[in-house]
Amino acid sequence: MTIAKDHHVPRFKQTNAGKIKIKTWGKRQVVMFTTFLALFLLTVYGFLTFDYKGISFVQAVTDTIYNVKVMFFQPAMSHFTFGEALGQVGVTIGLGILSTIIGAIISLFLALFAAKNLSSKTVSSAIIIVITFIRAVPTVLWVLIFAIAAGLGSEAVIIGMTFHSIAFLVKAYSEAFEEIDEGVLEALRAGGANWWHIVTHAVIPSTTSSLLSWTFLRFETNFTVAVAMGAAAGAGGIGFELLMASNFYFDLREVGFITYLILIVAIAFELLSTQLKKRFLSGTSMS
Amino acid sequence: MITGEYRSNKKQLTIFLLLLIVVMLASASFTEFNFIYSIQTLPKAFTWIISNLFITEQALEKLPSVMDKLIETVFLSITSTTTAGVSALFLALLGSEATKVNDFFAKLSRVIASVYRNIPIVAWALILLLSFGQNALTGYFALFLATFGFLVRAFIETIDETSSGSVEALQASGATYFQIVMKAVIPECLPQMMSWILYMIETNIRSSTLVGILTGTGIGFMFDLYYKNMNYEVVTLITLSIVIVVIGIELISNYVRRVIL
Repeated sequence: MTIAKDHHVPRFKQTNAGKIKIKTWGKRQVVMFTTFLALFLLTVYGFLTFDYKGISFVQAVTDTIYNVKVMFFQPAMSHFTFGEALGQVGVTIGLGILSTIIGAIISLFLALFAAKNLSSKTVSSAIIIVITFIRAVPTVLWVLIFAIAAGLGSEAVIIGMTFHSIAFLVKAYSEAFEEIDEGVLEALRAGGANWWHIVTHAVIPSTTSSLLSWTFLRFETNFTVAVAMGAAAGAGGIGFELLMASNFYFDLREVGFITYLILIVAIAFELLSTQLKKRFLSGTSMS
Repeated sequence: MITGEYRSNKKQLTIFLLLLIVVMLASASFTEFNFIYSIQTLPKAFTWIISNLFITEQALEKLPSVMDKLIETVFLSITSTTTAGVSALFLALLGSEATKVNDFFAKLSRVIASVYRNIPIVAWALILLLSFGQNALTGYFALFLATFGFLVRAFIETIDETSSGSVEALQASGATYFQIVMKAVIPECLPQMMSWILYMIETNIRSSTLVGILTGTGIGFMFDLYYKNMNYEVVTLITLSIVIVVIGIELISNYVRRVIL
């Protein structure tokens, strides 16, 4: 709604011919246009400067289409049984569950101190700066860094994934806390409630549904992340099987089978998450 | 009354917490995760991180080649996001309740988006690696496909939220489909869509590190190389340079978002 925002403009601007100008060039339009132009130019420049290494594009695309066809129309298992495959999916889900729950518990406490209406300004900004830093490091790098101290295995993966989950959840939780009506908090403070009472009797009960939806959303993400960590950081689970099938056995049919398996689980989680979100969350952005 | 409700809430909470503990223990035994061992390694890990946080002069010599790969990664993430955004717009217009052409295409576009979104980027990367090899295009297409799926969903939600009213009004006044889309839907949704694209550019820089490790390209490959050689000074340099780029992009997008939304 541009009109609502530009209501301070006193009268219609007119062109030389006397027509009313419909478009006005405010700061908003300038920034919008500049971003557009910048992204367009960067995209063109990017395509021109990539190192294509003289690849035959048509050949590669035809090959990919053929591979994808084999994958999706002739999925098969050759290096494991169906039961073992399900077990590996279970490991991946387990990694997702553990990192989400541990992350959620730690985040809950941190978010109370990160929310501006419940904490002091200094503490809140300090937490937000640390969180921003943690979020900026890709999960896989966290996992590999922890693997130096803990060795490759589920411990490093879960610590690394928990780190990133905390960075995400503290932001989401503290924003949910900040949406609480300031009047309610003030009334409780005036009534002599201490900080802990306010948190346990007002803040958490009134945000429970949104906290749970955010947590489930993160779990959905963490499942995908766990697949990736299995492949990139040797965490085991279905991601590792995927890496073996494609990079070591070159078995396209098995890649297809594993992809279907992941797809089914991921879509099931997504449906659950949308249902939860529809029921509990309204009007909150995802970023 | 109130106490009764309070008590049942308490009972619910206890059941919920017990369930949570059971699920956690089951997952821990499934993944062979050792709580005590991980808590013990935490101090060790943090001492390691802090003692390796400083970039030595030796590592700084590698800065030009790190910058080179980093710039490639940034461009990879921008090109894949913008092209995916443009393609996603078309599918989102078909998929949204407000602008759908008919129910069949609406359903179809939602299904296509869901499939693309839920096949993990790792799978795309590994599949593309087979025919594209260690090439920038492997990363480009992997990021493109995953971003495409995500953006279609985000754009559909944006169009549904912002334009159902104006579409109805324009339909009533006899505007054609093309006019409605060009004059109402796109201008109204553009700021929100731009915000999503900026968010995905930032996310994709992190994702392309992962793709790079798997496919042997870009900054991810460099990280993996020095990591395996245990040259941790360069590893720190690479990590910090990624952090600076991601935070830089986040600050720019936050500014743009504040102005346009």
